Amino acid sequence: MDLFEILRAALSQALGPQAIVLALAAIGLNVHFGYTGLLNFGQAGFMSVAAYGLAVPIVIMDLPFVAGLVMALLMPVVLAVVLGFPTLRLRADYLAIATIATAEILRLVFGSVEMRDIFGGSNGLTGYARPFQDLNPYGSGIDLGIFALSRNDLWAATVGWILVALCSLLVWALMRSPWGRVLRSIREDEQAVRSLGKNVFAYKMQALVLGGVFGGLAGLFLALRQASVVPSDYGTNITFFAYTALLIGGAARVLGPVVGAIIFWFLLSGLGALFSQATSGANPLIPEVIMSNQQASLVRFILVGLALMLLMIFRPQGIFGDRREIAIDGR
Amino acid sequence: MAAENTTGTTPGSTGAVDVGAARAALREVPNDPGAPKPDPILVGSGLVRRFGGLKAVDVGHIEIQRGVITALIGPNGAGKTTLFNLLTGFDEPDEGDWSFNGSSLRKVASYKVARMGMVRTFQLTKVLAKLTVIENMRLGATGQKGERFWSAVFPSIWRKQEDENTVRADALLDRFLLAKKREDFAGSLSGGQRKLLEMARALMVDPEMIMLDEPMAGVNPALKQSLLGHVKSLRDEGRTVLFVEHDMDMVRDISDWVIVMAQGSIVAEGTPDAVMADPRVIDAYLGAHHDTDLSELDEEKIEAEAMAELEGKDKP
Ligand SMILES: Nc1ncnc2c1ncn2[C@@H]1O[C@H](COP(=O)(O)OP(=O)(O)OP(=O)(O)O)[C@@H](O)[C@H]1O
Ligand SMILES: [Mg+2]
Repeated sequence: MDLFEILRAALSQALGPQAIVLALAAIGLNVHFGYTGLLNFGQAGFMSVAAYGLAVPIVIMDLPFVAGLVMALLMPVVLAVVLGFPTLRLRADYLAIATIATAEILRLVFGSVEMRDIFGGSNGLTGYARPFQDLNPYGSGIDLGIFALSRNDLWAATVGWILVALCSLLVWALMRSPWGRVLRSIREDEQAVRSLGKNVFAYKMQALVLGGVFGGLAGLFLALRQASVVPSDYGTNITFFAYTALLIGGAARVLGPVVGAIIFWFLLSGLGALFSQATSGANPLIPEVIMSNQQASLVRFILVGLALMLLMIFRPQGIFGDRREIAIDGR
Repeated sequence: MAAENTTGTTPGSTGAVDVGAARAALREVPNDPGAPKPDPILVGSGLVRRFGGLKAVDVGHIEIQRGVITALIGPNGAGKTTLFNLLTGFDEPDEGDWSFNGSSLRKVASYKVARMGMVRTFQLTKVLAKLTVIENMRLGATGQKGERFWSAVFPSIWRKQEDENTVRADALLDRFLLAKKREDFAGSLSGGQRKLLEMARALMVDPEMIMLDEPMAGVNPALKQSLLGHVKSLRDEGRTVLFVEHDMDMVRDISDWVIVMAQGSIVAEGTPDAVMADPRVIDAYLGAHHDTDLSELDEEKIEAEAMAELEGKDKP
C-alpha cells in the first residue's frame, strides 16, 4: 500500500486537464441549471460539436487553425439555437429530452461508418493540434513528487486553468448584474417574470447559448489537449459527471462547478489508485474472491455515486451553497 | 418603451388623468352589463374561454373606464381569474377580441402586455422565493440597461440606474410595510406579506393600469385599511385599477364601479350602491351562497340520511 502514490494520482488528475474539461462543462451547466433552471442533459453534445468544429475544417477542409477555432465556438451557438427554438417555450422537461437525444444522435453520427470521410468514424480525427502544441513554452513537464504533469499536460493545464478563470469571471460579472437577476428569477417563476414585462424566451435562449458555449470550450479544450477527437469521449456519462461536479460544489455559485470538478477527479482517481493497489500483486490486500483487479476500476464509480447521495441528503446545497436557500424550499 | 420614471408618482405614458371628471362621467353610464364607458382604457368583446365542456368565461362586452377603480366581483368559480388571464395574455381565449388603449391585444405575448402598461398580480402569489425582497423589487423596474447581455458585464453602464431603481424600491417597501424584510429571502415571507410584495413589485413596472387578483386576501384588517388607502392613491396618481375582491365592505369602500360576474358572464354592473341593491347580483350570490346559507339545514339532512343508511345496514 503506497499512500503517496495514491495521493499523487489523485492530485495530478484533480489539477490536470481532466478536471479542467469537467469544470468548463459544469460551468456551462451552472448557467443552464444552476442559475436559469434549464435542464440540459446533453452537454456532451455541445462539447462534441465544438471538438468536431475544430477538427473538421482543419483536417478535412485544409483550412487554417484559426478557422477551426472560430467554428469550434460557433457550432455550440448554432446547436443551442436549434435546440432552444422549439423547446424553450414548452415545459422544462422538453429541453431535457431534446438535449439528451440530440447529444446521443450527434455522437452516433460522428462515429458512423457512412460519415467516415467527414468525421473519421470511430477512430475520429487527428492531426490538427500542432499549432497549439507548438505554442508550448515549457521545456519539460513538472514533477513535484506529490503532483506531476507531462510537458504537454502542463501546457494544457496552464491554458485550461486560465480559461476556467476567465469563464468564472464572466459568470460572476453576469450573475451579479440585472441580467443575472432575470435568469435567477426565471428559475424561480417564469410567469412572474413575464408579468413584469421581461421576454422570458429571449433570456432563456441567451442562457442556453452561453452555457452551451462554455460546454463547447470544454470540448475544444479536450480536443486540443488530446490532439484527437474520438466520438466515444462524448457519451452521456460526461454530462452526468459534470452534473455531479456541479452538485458537489454547489449549483448557482460561481466557483461551485470548479471546486466540484476538482473534488470529483480527486475522489475518482484517488479511489481508482487505492483499489487498484489493493487488488493487485501476488498477495492482494483485498482477496480476488471479493474484488478482482478489473472490478476495482469500476467500484470507484459506485463509491462516488454513494458520496453524491450522502451529499444530497446531508448537504443538498453543495459545498458552497447557502443553507438558507434550501431551507425555504418547503412552501 | 415608456420613458424612465424614477419617482414612481406618475404612471407610464398618457399623462395626467382627471380622476374627478372620470368618476363624474361614470355617473352617466347606465347600470347595464357591458355598458359602454365614456373613456375606456380596456375594451373586450365576445371573449370565450372553454375548459372542456365548461365555459369558464363568456363575456359579451366589457369596458373598463380609465382612471378609476373598478371592482370585479362574483362567486367562486365565476371566471374572474380566467378573465384576468385572458386579458393579460397569460391564457388564450377560444374566441373574442380585446384592446388596451386602442391597440388590439389578440395574440400579444404576456410580457408585451405588461410593457404596454397593463400589469397584473396573481391570486396565488408568485414571489421569487430565492431572491431577496429588494431583488424582487428591483426586477420589476422596466427598461433596465443592465438586463441586456453585453451591458451586464460593465456595471458602469447600469450602476446609476440600479441605484435609482433601488431608491424607488425602498420607497415602495416602506409604503407596504416591508422595509424590515428588505434583505430576507422572499420565500421566507408570510402569505399576506407575499401579497404585499407582489403588489409593490407590480408597481415597480410603473403601470398605467394595474390588475389585482384578490390583493387583500390574507392581509390583516389593520393593514387592509392602509392598503385600501394605497389602492386609492394609485387612482389618485392617475392609474387605472381593476381588482377582484370578495370582501363587500372593501368593494363598497374604494371602488368607483363594480362589475359582477357569475358563471363566466357579466350579470350586472354599476356604481357600488346600485350593484349591491341589484336583484340580479343578490341572485348570483345567493346562487353561490346557497350551500353556505343552508349549511345547517344541509347538515341535518345529510345526518338524517346517514342515520337512515346506517340503520338500514344494521338490519339483518
Ligand atoms: N386550468 C383550468 N382547467 C380547467 N378548468 C379551469 C381552469 N382554470 C379555471 N377553470 C374553471 O373555470 C372556472 C372559473 O375559474 P376562475 O379561477 O376564473 O374562478 P374565479 O372567479 O377566479 O374564482 P375564485 O373567486 O374562487 O378565485 C371554474 O369553474 C374553474 O374550475
Ligand atoms: Mg380567482
